Amino acid sequence: MTTTAANAKQAGRGDGGVAAGVAAPPAPSPKVRPVRSGQWAAWAFLAPVIVYLVAFYGWPLYRNIELSLHAYTVESFVNGGAPFVWFDNYVKVFQSATFGPAVGNTALFVLVSIAFQFAIGMALAVFFFQHFKLAATLRALFLVPWLLPLIVSASTWAWLMNSDSGLINSVLHGFGLTQVNWLTSPQWSLVSVLIANIWIGIPFNLVILYSGLQNISQDLYEAASLDGANAWQKFWRVTFPLLRPVSAITLLLGLIYTLKVFDIIWIMTKGGPVDSSTTLATWAYRLGFGSVLPDFSSAATVANLLIVLALVFGLVYLRLQRRERES
Amino acid sequence: MKSKSARIVGALVLTSALVGALAACSSSSAPSSNAAPKGTYTFWDPYPQFNQTAAWTKLVEKCGTQAGVTVQRTGYDTTALSNKALLAGQQKASPDILLIDNPVVSTLASAGVLTDTAQTKLSTTGIEANILGAGQLNGKTYGVPIGANTLALYYNKTILDKAGVDPTTVTSWASLTAALAKVKAAGDMGITFSGINTEEGSFQFLPWFWGSGANLTKLDSANGVSALSLLTGWVKDGYAPNSVIQDTQTTSWQEFLAGKTAFSENGTWQLAGVKASGIDYGIISIPGKNSGSAPAPTGGEFLTIPVQKNTARYQVSEKIVSCLIGTDNSVTTDNTLSYIAPTTAAQAKQVATNASLVPWVAAVKAAKGRTSDNLGTKYPIISANMWTALQSALSGSATPAAAMKTAQAADAEVIN
Repeated sequence: MTTTAANAKQAGRGDGGVAAGVAAPPAPSPKVRPVRSGQWAAWAFLAPVIVYLVAFYGWPLYRNIELSLHAYTVESFVNGGAPFVWFDNYVKVFQSATFGPAVGNTALFVLVSIAFQFAIGMALAVFFFQHFKLAATLRALFLVPWLLPLIVSASTWAWLMNSDSGLINSVLHGFGLTQVNWLTSPQWSLVSVLIANIWIGIPFNLVILYSGLQNISQDLYEAASLDGANAWQKFWRVTFPLLRPVSAITLLLGLIYTLKVFDIIWIMTKGGPVDSSTTLATWAYRLGFGSVLPDFSSAATVANLLIVLALVFGLVYLRLQRRERES
Repeated sequence: MKSKSARIVGALVLTSALVGALAACSSSSAPSSNAAPKGTYTFWDPYPQFNQTAAWTKLVEKCGTQAGVTVQRTGYDTTALSNKALLAGQQKASPDILLIDNPVVSTLASAGVLTDTAQTKLSTTGIEANILGAGQLNGKTYGVPIGANTLALYYNKTILDKAGVDPTTVTSWASLTAALAKVKAAGDMGITFSGINTEEGSFQFLPWFWGSGANLTKLDSANGVSALSLLTGWVKDGYAPNSVIQDTQTTSWQEFLAGKTAFSENGTWQLAGVKASGIDYGIISIPGKNSGSAPAPTGGEFLTIPVQKNTARYQVSEKIVSCLIGTDNSVTTDNTLSYIAPTTAAQAKQVATNASLVPWVAAVKAAKGRTSDNLGTKYPIISANMWTALQSALSGSATPAAAMKTAQAADAEVIN
């Protein structure tokens, strides 16, 4: 959904180009011609963006909606002629036994991930802002989870959390605790993918919040010190309020990123056991590509629900950004 | 001014790239529809491990040359190939010959992507009926098997000796469970298998399910439940590791290779690996509930000829396929892939040079196609419900009986 924001921005830039194009020729004398040629130029400038948007966003989106409104089988997928069924696929998805758990897991996954990623990211950003020796090196090391390919980090977590031969369980065993079936028990599987996802998301929060901290004037801290504020008060009364705009963006971007997380869960648990770690994203994939017989219509339906959700958050983000700009 | 000209250049580059991409799309689909039966024939297979210099590639090219054409072979990952084949069918850009995993054949056939052997005059003479069954739907045959593999139980002799178990006495579920108990008492792990929530999990569960006498159209029968209870009991009693719930056939095999596990349910294709590992191993067939060996599912790929606009191409494709499954070529290929040949003649040749294949030939003869019994595209749905039942019973979130009942209810959409 970040793409929507980017598109909006790009479109905005396009408009700017048009305005410049219209204004640039110093209008020789007749009344109609310059406007028309200016308009042609404007459309010419816009064309690449429009073609790009239609080819890479409009068409796939249209296909997705079209798939979800027809009852496609593999036969009709190849040869055409799938019957139009209105919202039958949506009703089927809503009534599915997986729908409740998938929505619940998605909500839990997103909220808990964001809460921990943000809190830990903020704590680390403030910590590294102290500019102690090695701060830069350590901060760079914290970026590692972000740089690793997801297949590597997710597989590593899956190995660490293996019930019988995983490192975490062998440490627990060393302390005399009983084995936890991280990935294979319905109680723990969502927790396990959450832990991995939080770990992966911290660097993103750290980097953005750290750059936000750099924009806060040191004078304010000095003034606060003179007024006798302690470190805790400085954080809650200076840092936190001034980081509000950056925090809002971090949280919203995080929300959209987390909503569509698929690879970590798929690699670690495939949404299992049963549906205990299935989110809307993994469910959509499972319907479409998880078995030998693809169910494209249902998969597209779930994917559309996900798009609508992301769109809602995207709009909230745009709105917040506008309010921020106005104030 | 500078930024403006830069923008124009950018726009031009983007437009030309788009036009180029569109042109590329249209030109690439043209030859497959209009070309004469000579020229280049495309061949897709799920063997990305073989490069241009591999014996397999050479064989494919040789068969093409004998048919008077050039064959262009491309190897894809197994799951990627299923999706790609379906999409290619939709785009009317299917390859001339497609080598595809056997449970996918009925899906592609019902999608209308594949020709049947009556259309292409492809001969199926001599191919064992149980292996060919996976490629048959509504009385038509949609391809020929390149070879077959199946499941059996590998055992670690050292561990069994230590526990005092004689593998020849393992002939039923009860004697197997008794052997696992002895192994556990001696301090080792009993058995590994794959219980993951993918087709692999169903593939590994089927020998127990069929071995109980159950039928795929009735998952929650008493026999079906007894098979699920057997595996669930092993995990509960610590005879099998809890990680079987997420183990693939590869990861469960790695546990066996670590040398601490007595039995591993695994396939023909691991034979080369176990020889290299130095483990003192043996193979027994998977026991049925009360006696005898259980029918295991057949694995392996089918050579199929996808539908083309120019039907004249079929006769050349048929020649290439027939060449590839000819006895001598089939023996060479199946030895490379660690598969069992689909014809009795080729099987005899394989056994003559490699006696360790004897138990596998027997296992393949007793095996059964997953999509057989005319299940076709019903199988993938039943299979998904079955692996979900397997997961919920093994993880303890439902009793075996309740899990199978849920699965059967979910099957209702395909079974009357």
